[in-house]
Amino acid sequence: MSGKVITITSGKGGVGKTTLTANIAAALARSGKKVVAIDADIGLRNLDVVMGLENRIVYDLVDIIEGRCRLRQAMIKDKRQPELYLIPAAQTRDKMAVSPTDMILVCDQLRQEMDYVVIDSPAGIERGFRNAIAPADQVLIVTNPEVSAVRDADRIIGLIEAEEKGPGKLIVNRLKPEMVARGDMISVEDILDILAIELVGVIPEDESILISTNQGLPVVMTGANGSSAGQAFTNVARRIEGQKIPFLDLTAKGSLLDRMRGWVNGR
Amino acid sequence: MSWLGRLLGQKEKSGTVAKQRLQMVLIHDRSEVSPGLLEQIKDDIIEVIAQRLTIDRENVEVNLTQSARESRLVAEIPLVSRNGRR
Repeated sequence: MSGKVITITSGKGGVGKTTLTANIAAALARSGKKVVAIDADIGLRNLDVVMGLENRIVYDLVDIIEGRCRLRQAMIKDKRQPELYLIPAAQTRDKMAVSPTDMILVCDQLRQEMDYVVIDSPAGIERGFRNAIAPADQVLIVTNPEVSAVRDADRIIGLIEAEEKGPGKLIVNRLKPEMVARGDMISVEDILDILAIELVGVIPEDESILISTNQGLPVVMTGANGSSAGQAFTNVARRIEGQKIPFLDLTAKGSLLDRMRGWVNGR
Repeated sequence: MSWLGRLLGQKEKSGTVAKQRLQMVLIHDRSEVSPGLLEQIKDDIIEVIAQRLTIDRENVEVNLTQSARESRLVAEIPLVSRNGRR
């Protein structure tokens, strides 16, 4: 078996990389794939709490690299989802404890037993980011519909191409369709126009994400059907698997007043 | 913005403003040319051209433009003809 390594990155912090990693990994596992998620944010471990596995950590990524445990010993098995695993980050070390070569070696081993290795990259463009993209077969860039996040995504796209890891694919997270309809949020079309990159997901802002994260349960594991974000995460996973899935219709009709404003604005 | 919007004295929507600001900032990010460097280049171009031709210095424009992922430096240099007509 030769699994695929997918890295989720963004440049800017706080755009939703960790939540996306947890949900994409869980959605892939739900479709019957063997999946391991790796938290590459050494020193700022968080994927464990988002996945609800924080109480079961014994060994971490740095323990594997420094030979204190075998690979399998650091893979926490998610009891709710067969064939979903987490390799947590070390919390008391920093990014320099891992090198890009270390990441390639660990992932080459994981590829042999797993269908997918999903890596949660830290924010920034320094060592942690370099570590996260080094083993990647596919890089997914997360952005929000705001100026700073799209600007950082553009920088990341350039860096990924320079590292010959491109072309990356884009996920637009936290879209508010009613704000787009009002003209107060950059639309997905505008973002694609600016970044000139393939789109792989659009995730609407959704309260159910925070609620499920509070409980340590990726929203796709809750049954997903009631949540538009949950459906959007599942769709990203399916597109990663090569299926042609149409994008959710996130165009808000808006109130009559909003539509009248639309006429005035020439839309 | 539509003629109706302009007629009603409407302000540009913030989403449109965001897109325009992004396009401007990315032109400079991608080319690694700062607005300050662009001004210097403009002054240099004026000096070189002015040695050979009479130009309208006040209306020289040097801009970066963007198409897809390719940047281009575009200079517009109005000439002043000898008999005073442009």
